[in-house]
Amino acid sequence: MYGNDYETPDAQRARQLEDTPESFRELLATEGRVEPRDEMPDAYRRTLVRQIAQHAHSEIIGMQPEGNWISRAPSLRRKAILMAKVQDEAGHGLYLYAAAETLGVDRADLLDALHSGRQKYSSIFNYPTLTWADVGAIGWLVDGAAIVNQVPLCRCSYGPYARAMVRVCKEESFHQRQGFEILHTLSHGSPAQKAMAQDAVDRYWFPALMMFGPPDDNSPNSARSMAWGIKRHSNDDLRQRFVDMTVPQAQALDLTLPDPEIRWNEDRGHHDFAEIDFTELFEVIKGNGPCNQQRMEHKVRAHEEGAWVREAAAAFAAKQAAGEGAA
Amino acid sequence: MTTEPLWEVFIRSRRGLSHVHAGSLHAADAEMALRNARDVYTRREEGVSIWVVPASAIEASSPEEKDSFFDPAGDKGYRHPTFYHVPEGVQHL
Repeated sequence: MYGNDYETPDAQRARQLEDTPESFRELLATEGRVEPRDEMPDAYRRTLVRQIAQHAHSEIIGMQPEGNWISRAPSLRRKAILMAKVQDEAGHGLYLYAAAETLGVDRADLLDALHSGRQKYSSIFNYPTLTWADVGAIGWLVDGAAIVNQVPLCRCSYGPYARAMVRVCKEESFHQRQGFEILHTLSHGSPAQKAMAQDAVDRYWFPALMMFGPPDDNSPNSARSMAWGIKRHSNDDLRQRFVDMTVPQAQALDLTLPDPEIRWNEDRGHHDFAEIDFTELFEVIKGNGPCNQQRMEHKVRAHEEGAWVREAAAAFAAKQAAGEGAA
Repeated sequence: MTTEPLWEVFIRSRRGLSHVHAGSLHAADAEMALRNARDVYTRREEGVSIWVVPASAIEASSPEEKDSFFDPAGDKGYRHPTFYHVPEGVQHL
């Protein structure tokens, strides 16, 4: 957090809310929800547009790493499940784009911002899915971390975002369980299958921890987002919650988390874990992750190759409307 | 690229209940809007009936007028049963 260290949380919140409309402060103070046509500070609107759009883009790009395995899923059951999950991600993207649009932005502009690199998506989707076990690790760890991040967003101060998140969170829990089940099956299979599961967990553990963002002392916008009721818990608190939830699950899977420093700390009542090297995260954000270029190229190509479908739908709608007028 | 028209989606979750606003989506026409609404909002049997309404057709009250618009109901507590005093022991009232 920035500002001086002697400021109380209440004073800090008050400072963040200086110069905001009174009706807005009143809503926040009473845990009310801000709705689309309410008066709100421009910076609040801009922050929400950026965050919700980035969230929507992440859901859409997130279809790629898993979609990669649909044609090679090991059974019809797994294939049906994976298709349903990837379809859910598309749905989540659409709920979120709709929420962003209530703030007065246009869908086409949001897509353009993604395609031109002006808006980002979660760095986790710039990692490749090398084996089938990666689909399990993504469900268990990546969706698991996403749930920890998203549950508090169901109480976000902006109504349409909160409502979209309620829907998303309901659907995410199947995603995490199916991933856990994939890893559980592999880890109780042949030695080669177990090794594949372990390898996937080894590669996805730290990237999943980085999904919570930079440490609190290096997260410049956190204080403001918390004062605005967009963010409810700090990055480090959420990361800790995820570690505490996941350690016993790893034991149940009979897999090892790739961090020898993980141990229960009786005094803190939490698990200690290794300091995370964030250099990698910032490199991936800058565009130097293993799959950044591939993900964007695929997204832009899909959009361009789908243009004829949108054009045909528009032409058909125009023709129908003209026909109705004549009748 | 132009954005297709926006539709508001209302879903009846089961027979006997009203349609409730579920969200919105873009589609070229009403038929596509219905199909898209089915795929986006009822993947888990959340509905038995869907309405789609062009968002542009909705007229909404303005948040700025909130006080004056809803004021008339504000001082009419006598429209609620709890307004009335009922003597101890009187039942079915």
